[in-house]
Amino acid sequence: MSHISPIIWQFLVKWMTNFALYPPEASKIAPQMDALFFFMVLVSLIGLTIVILLVTSFSLLYNKKRHPVAVQIEGSTLLEATWTIIPLGLFLVMFVWGALIYFRVYTPPANAMNIYVVGKQWMWKVEHPGGQHEINALHIPTGQPIQLTLISQDVFHSFSIPAFRVKREAIPGRYTTVWFEATTPGTYHLFCTQYCGTEHSHMTGDIVVLTPEDYKKWLASSTSGASLAQNGERLFASLSCAACHNARPDARGPSLASVYGSKLPLSSGGTVLADDAYLREAILNPSQHITQGYAPIMPTYQGQVSEEGVIALVEYIRNLDSDYRVQQTTNTTVLLPESEGKAPAGQKPAVPNAAGQGMVKQ
Amino acid sequence: MSDTIVSLPDQRTARIPKTNYLSKENGLLSWLLTGDHKRIAILYLISITCFFFVGGALAGLIRLELLTPQSDLMATDTYNKVFTMHGVVMIFLFLVPSVPATLGNFFIPMMIGAKDLALPKVNLLSWYLYIVGGILVLYTMISGGVDTGWTFTTPLSTHYVNTNVLSTGLAVFVAGFSSIFTGLNFIVTIHKMRAPGMTWFRMPLFVWAHYAASILMVLGTPVLAIAIVLVALERTIGIGVFDPTKGGDPLLFQHLFWFYSHPAVYIMILPGMGVISETISTFSRKRVFGYTAVAFSSVAIAVFGFFVWAHHMFIMGISNYSVLIFSLLTMLVAVPSAIKIFNWTFTLYKGSITFETPMLYTFGFMGLFTIGGLTGVFLGTSGTDIHLTETYFIVAHFHFVMVGGMLMAFLAGIHFWWPKMTGRMYPEKISQLAAVVTFIGFNLTFFPQFILGTLGMPRRYASYPPEFQILNVFSTAGATVLGVGYLLPVLYLTWSLKYGEIAGDNPWQATGLEWQTQSPPLTENFAEPPIMDHEAYDYDWLEGQKEKEVASVG
Repeated sequence: MSHISPIIWQFLVKWMTNFALYPPEASKIAPQMDALFFFMVLVSLIGLTIVILLVTSFSLLYNKKRHPVAVQIEGSTLLEATWTIIPLGLFLVMFVWGALIYFRVYTPPANAMNIYVVGKQWMWKVEHPGGQHEINALHIPTGQPIQLTLISQDVFHSFSIPAFRVKREAIPGRYTTVWFEATTPGTYHLFCTQYCGTEHSHMTGDIVVLTPEDYKKWLASSTSGASLAQNGERLFASLSCAACHNARPDARGPSLASVYGSKLPLSSGGTVLADDAYLREAILNPSQHITQGYAPIMPTYQGQVSEEGVIALVEYIRNLDSDYRVQQTTNTTVLLPESEGKAPAGQKPAVPNAAGQGMVKQ
Repeated sequence: MSDTIVSLPDQRTARIPKTNYLSKENGLLSWLLTGDHKRIAILYLISITCFFFVGGALAGLIRLELLTPQSDLMATDTYNKVFTMHGVVMIFLFLVPSVPATLGNFFIPMMIGAKDLALPKVNLLSWYLYIVGGILVLYTMISGGVDTGWTFTTPLSTHYVNTNVLSTGLAVFVAGFSSIFTGLNFIVTIHKMRAPGMTWFRMPLFVWAHYAASILMVLGTPVLAIAIVLVALERTIGIGVFDPTKGGDPLLFQHLFWFYSHPAVYIMILPGMGVISETISTFSRKRVFGYTAVAFSSVAIAVFGFFVWAHHMFIMGISNYSVLIFSLLTMLVAVPSAIKIFNWTFTLYKGSITFETPMLYTFGFMGLFTIGGLTGVFLGTSGTDIHLTETYFIVAHFHFVMVGGMLMAFLAGIHFWWPKMTGRMYPEKISQLAAVVTFIGFNLTFFPQFILGTLGMPRRYASYPPEFQILNVFSTAGATVLGVGYLLPVLYLTWSLKYGEIAGDNPWQATGLEWQTQSPPLTENFAEPPIMDHEAYDYDWLEGQKEKEVASVG
């Protein structure tokens, strides 16, 4: 093989030995999606073979030498019906099968652990409920359904994990979700697949799947000292949210305890489900979302709170089950160390009362 | 028995007819101010070929950059500009006008027995708008390019890039009007200018396909224009329609953009399908199997094509139920394409097939378009779309449809009608070689990209993980072959303008009205207005005509 350039030769050897037609199947949904994928490949190959066979055999049988005079044929309703109905039937099977998988990928189970992901040019910021931050990496355990709640701080991004067969756009101004359950420990590619500007191709990272034990070790070693909800609590205090949302009889804003997941009556009529998206909107565009019985006096926090900040606040409200904590936060200095005073929260504080009242569910 | 249907006049005595549309007037002005649809078609042909090679050179740069995993040939922002310009040039300046503005412009009036399009001056205006759009794109390129991707995704295009979004937007806006006017012209012409006896179901399928595409052009393109104006307003004065901080919605742009850009796919492919109907009939000496089915499938594609746009947004957080509906409708739009493929295949049945260059390209089209269409079903199926969208799978899919399908059809058509347009034959052997080279190069370039996409390689990446390199090397190698395949026709077709054999009126013994007049045609197309007294693709009628001629001459 001396006449083949060594570089090309090396290439071919590498290719033949590492040949892969599809990425590793590292999530529960991956084999299900691959089953549909291979079914479609099979149907396509059969369809393509039929076309090629027909074209080739007609070319051989009816070329001009063999078949000098063409026989004029109008058409055939029966054949037309055949090749309308059979492809349509197959496509409908694919449609139903695909829709089942689609709904599975985007309908998280109730016990999923929620992790927030913020996309920004050009990095992925991950906020774990335990307060761990990551950039361009995501550590997760096997055997635990994980829900990602995604949002973008600037342009469209797309969070893609080929080994899990899942992908979801991170969109400015609204939360999107996706879930998966990893099955095989390992390190997998994380790509941003929606074109997002200059460094788009460098907006990549690693998905690190750990066994539950290793995951616990990782959680312990990467803690920032406060959980996400506690970060939210500090932000709640420093923005003086409790000045109004304090559940006192004379409070100017509604109580936020147990508000998450409830149906709120709006002053504009109708009710709304208080989910992540609603809470985010209520913080950034409060005048559009006045709860019945309250005056539209809340200022907007647009531009004052980053998407990560909003996430921390939402996580705090989500886990807030009594008004007691809120009344505690009215006195912000209780929560903030003397040295930091009124510095914006979310930095790196040691928090007293961190374990108080069983407020943070985890 | 010879294995070709080509019948040329005796080369020693044959002459190109003295009076024809090319020789009637001379000088640059006679071209620039012409109202003749045939001359405008030639103007288009020259301009789109130039832009095709601009876009092709950019594609070459993309493939060169992707030869290695690092972004080492270009910086990432240069790469982003290169693929953006490749998309803009190829889509708006090549694919959209390719077949309609050249072959459609030239042959729709001739096929229906008309002297010209209904609105010759509007036709010329279309070409000028196209040129203005083209110059704006060139200006954009020279003055630093644009890096939004051809999709102009907001808010990237409105708030985050500082490149020439406005001049590109204006270029697309203006070129869009060129396309609207062309479509309008075709619709009016097909309704109003048909020769006596030319009923709707006697029209060649090429005309049907263009009619369907024209409806899409006229109804779809204005929405693109609106979307672009909104992007420009958002960028300049911040009206906030797409800006969530002002109560707007960036997904709205996606809806508007794809409301045009999905039908645009059919604007690009339908005229190509029209070409295939003509060539497959001519080279198998048979009427197209299931004429009405093929005609109505064009219309079905045009109608369904308007209701599938949101399948570009399955992972963008539109509601699960709209995903369901759009996925279902996407399945429906796949069916008419399957119907067409099978009807063309059965046109060969009991035909008398010959394998001249247009037929080779036609076979290429049928194979590659089948793959392109079937892989589209992978993306229309909501479950698999999650994994495959935004990867090289989608790049491979639309190149199979657009390059494997449309460009093959365009080349089939150019070779098929070359003798009519110029009066001279192209050289057969080398052009058959070019068709084969193109086919091989194409598959080598784009087939590995299906695997790359399945493996998860994202599109629009200047650098990629090293394990993807080998397939990328194959793809780049294929692109080199493909480049040769595209250069060859330019060379030998130019050569044939002077040295090609004299073609005579009807070298293929084809049935269309355009073949029943001299080559190149008169400015008025026909010496006397034709009367259509037979069905389309009626080869018995053609035989009868020949006998009559022999009888009257003899």
